[in-house]
Order: sequence, then C-alpha cells, then structure tokens
Amino acid sequence: MPLTMTEKIFAAHAKEKSVRAGEIVTVRPDVVMLNDISGPFAFEPFRTMGATKVFDPDRVVLVADHFSPAKDVQSAEAIRILRDFGREQGIVHYYDSGNGGIEHAVLAEIGKVYPGALVFGADSHTCTAGALNASGIGFGSTDLAAALALGELWLRVPDAIRVDLEGSQAPYITGKDVILELIRRIGSDGALYAALEFGGPGLQALNVDERFAVANMAVEGGAETCIMEADDQVFAYAAAHGAPSGHAVAADAGATYRARQRIDLSALEPVVAVPPSPANGVPVSELKGTRVDQVYIGNCSNGTLTDLRQAASILRGRRVAPGVRLIVVPATHAIYRAAMREGLLDVISEAGASISVSTCGACFGGHMGILAKGETAVATTNRNFRGRMGDPEARVFLANAWVAAAAAVAGEIVHPGDVTAERKAVA
Amino acid sequence: MIGGVIHKFGDHVDTDVILPGRYLVLREPQELAKHCLEGLDPTFTARVKPGDFVVAGRNFGSGSSREHAPVALKAVGVGCIVAASFARIFYRNAINIGLPVITCPDFARDAKNGASAQIDMASGRIEYQGHVYHGEGLPSAIRAIVDAGGLVPYVQQRLSTLA
Repeated sequence: MPLTMTEKIFAAHAKEKSVRAGEIVTVRPDVVMLNDISGPFAFEPFRTMGATKVFDPDRVVLVADHFSPAKDVQSAEAIRILRDFGREQGIVHYYDSGNGGIEHAVLAEIGKVYPGALVFGADSHTCTAGALNASGIGFGSTDLAAALALGELWLRVPDAIRVDLEGSQAPYITGKDVILELIRRIGSDGALYAALEFGGPGLQALNVDERFAVANMAVEGGAETCIMEADDQVFAYAAAHGAPSGHAVAADAGATYRARQRIDLSALEPVVAVPPSPANGVPVSELKGTRVDQVYIGNCSNGTLTDLRQAASILRGRRVAPGVRLIVVPATHAIYRAAMREGLLDVISEAGASISVSTCGACFGGHMGILAKGETAVATTNRNFRGRMGDPEARVFLANAWVAAAAAVAGEIVHPGDVTAERKAVA
Repeated sequence: MIGGVIHKFGDHVDTDVILPGRYLVLREPQELAKHCLEGLDPTFTARVKPGDFVVAGRNFGSGSSREHAPVALKAVGVGCIVAASFARIFYRNAINIGLPVITCPDFARDAKNGASAQIDMASGRIEYQGHVYHGEGLPSAIRAIVDAGGLVPYVQQRLSTLA
C-alpha cells in the first residue's frame, strides 16, 4: 500500500506492524525535548509515576528559553529545577543563555533533527522539525513525563494534507507568507489532527531557514505534525550540524490525502495576519497606514539568520520611526554570533533597534517587550491571540521580517517595496 | 449523572486566553485557578461553581501546549468541558490529568449560557432541556487511561508491573 511521509516515519518508530492513518500506535521517539515551563511541570508527574531514570539521557534535550535569562525569582526557580533535573539524570544536552536559544532552533542546530527522525517536544511548535524531513510532535508535560519514563507514547497516526509549492518567490515573499496563506485558506482548525506534508518544485526555492518558518506554524492550522520533502539543502544542513544522515522519507505515488493545496510562490503578495488569529491573513497593501507602536523580529519561526539579513537590508542606512520600538531577537546564540560577524547587528542597532538575548521573550507575553493596553505591534512571531503579547487589548499583526522592518521604518504597516522605492526616488 | 451550570464560549478558545503566558511561572493548581480564562472573561473565576460545565465551539484549547490551562480549569472546579471539537494537545492534556472532556457538536450548538445540564461522564450522555445528546466515544487505548484516572496512575501501574 502506498504511504505518506508521516506514515513512513511512524512505521519506522512504531511497535505495531500495521501503521496507517487513523490507527492508534505506540511509537518510540529519537529525541524528547522540554523547556523551562514544560519541564518543571513534567518532573513531578515523572516521579509520581514511580520513574527514577529517564529512558535514555542522550535522547533528552533540556532548553531554558521561555523565561531565560530569568526575569524574576519564580522563573529563576523554574530554570533551576530544569538544570537540576538534567544534572541528576546525566543529561548533557542542557542549554541556557550563552550556549542555547529558542528550543526548536537549538534542537536543529545541535544535530538532533535529521531526515526520518521522530521528535517529541513539550511545546506546540515542535512541528518546526518538519523542515528537515523529520516529524516533530508537540505534547503537554504529563505526556512527556510518560515519554521520559517509558521512551514511548501512544499516538493516532494522522492523515495527511498534501501542499504542493510551485513557482519562485516574488521579491519580499518568504516562508512566512506561504504558511500564512495556507492557514488563511484552511482556517485555524483546517488541519486538525492531520499532518501537513509539503513538496513540489517551489519548496526548493525556500532555503532551510524559510522552511522552518513554514513548518513552525503548522500547528496554527491545528496540525499534529508537518513534514517536507528532503533535498540537497536538507542533507547539507544536517551534515553541517553534525546530525546523522538519517533515513529520508518520500511519499509514495498514490498515497492517500485528506485534502490537497497548491500555492504558487510567484503569485503571492506579502501576507499579514490580523489579530486575533493567525488565520486572518490579508495582503499587506490592505493594511497600509496601520500605525504601529512596536515591531518584534524574532521567535522560533522567524528569528533565523535569513530573517536578520532581510531586516538588515531594509534597515541599512534608515532609521526606526520616532515613537516606534524595534526589538530584534536572534533565535539562538549561534545565530546571534553569525549575525554579529556579518555586521548585521551593527546595521540593525544603528537604525535604532534594541537587540535582545536569544529568548522566547515577549512572543508569548513572558518578558522583554510586553505590550500595553491599546498598543499595536507587528511581529514575526506565530500567534496573535488576544493578550498573547501582553494586555488583552493590545493588537499583534503577524508578518515576515521584510514587512516587520519596513513597518519599523515607516511607523505604519507598508509594503517593504514602498520603503526601498523611496530611497531610489530620492537618489 | 452530575448536574451543573453551563458557561458558554465560542470557537477557537486558545490556551493563551485560558491561562495567559505571564502566569506560566506558576505551577500550583490553586494559584493557576485564580487566573482561569482571565484573558477572555475576567469574571469567570468569580462566577464558576464546582461541577459547572464549560461548553464551547470548535477547536477548544488551541495554540500553546501549556498544561497549565487544563490544570487551571480543573482546579477552578470545572466538572466537564463539552466542545464541538478540541485542539489535539489540549485534548490529550485533559485526558492525562483527569479533566473530563466530551466532543459533542450538537450539544455545543444548542447549549445556552447559564442554563443547566446533566452529564454522565462515563457514557458521554448529556441531558439538556428535555433532549438527550451522546458525546463521541473514546478509542479503547484512551479509555484505559481515563479508567485508570489519568496518565500518571496509568504509567504507575505499568511501571509497577515491569518492576
């Protein structure tokens, strides 16, 4: 029987012989990741279950990212619990400020995500792993306490939605626009319990960073997981980060899909999601003139070196508009250093941005850029729910890094082409 | 059968409004309960009585995987959540911590805020204003977790038989 990519990954990790969409199976992950919010919430059930040792310390990754560096005594305590658990269990993959960053970006950087891998994370954006032809699945804390204890969990094999990308990108079109367009079409539960499977010639037009942005937001369409076809860029990324070569999976001809979508990259205009849903995408031109108080470039979907390059290209020789705060958050320490070496941080800083340590920060309303009542932000993050970044009456518009940087310069939402065209007109 | 008052909400109630991110430094259930649904309805914690029902539309519990959200709903006394559909991670989390959840689109559509209903958790049977509704059944693998009282006692049993 022809299989989807997700069915193949589940089959390779399942105890059962038959692994088809809809069946409930028990699967063993290649890696399990917890953070400073979900980890401390998992360790008590882990102990209550009667477990004393994690199933395999080398397959466990702990990342202090949400409230790191600790913003107060309570978050410092949570990070200490995470760190102590790692020491007690002999887990060497512990990351914090100075060597880590945002968990999903860190996990790929340290070579724990590779073709064919099954990744469990106590965080909904674990689906980011799909960019590297892996299957990443998000869980809550008690589920991952069980996974730490047993090295396995039950899952319903998801059915799949196939998304074929075509064409090559028009200027200022990124992975963010692809996923915002897809979620606009299917809605925020359009892929409920399903796997989003991406392929097609247009996929190769996106670099790995941009694919992370697409895979990251699969959960905003309700998806259980996401996976993309492997190509030379994926193999090169895995090799460069010391990952095993893995076992790449491809969908069989004739595999069964719940639905199909086609997205032509050349036909897209930058998409901006209007609060309070990532599914409220509209072309950027429809929002022209919307005043902004803050712009936030960062998070696990769009804090990559590619995003920083895009932002810097807009900010070079320009200034952040008076009254606007621009906060830039490289997703990991390694990205921060790479951006520094390239001179991007200097360009961004000179324009009037504040550059933050790598953290989940304000994206989830934690710290480092919370919004006041009535404020409006443009963010490259993945959620714009009511109150997500602070006060329930603050508004968050989701957009790519070009659009975000352009909004910082213009003080309002604008097509990035308008900002760059101004320079040419003056010259 | 248990009876309770219905607190009705719409579609796509996300975990950020159930338990806003700034409270994720908290871990004690009673502390989390104080902020339950604060992002959507700051009066909810004052109105809800132990055993009451939360009834909502599609995709309840979408977004963040934070288990603090179902823990807050359970700790504030919610007896059962009935929705037209649940987001996947929230649904698992609720089952795992022993918070009853029932998928029943017809009741989710008909239920009125402030009215009362009777629910039998084990069978998913709902009685409301003279009508009877039947929630979707659970696959046997998941039923076993519910019957054990949640994932912690379920794994406890498994580990003790392995030892």
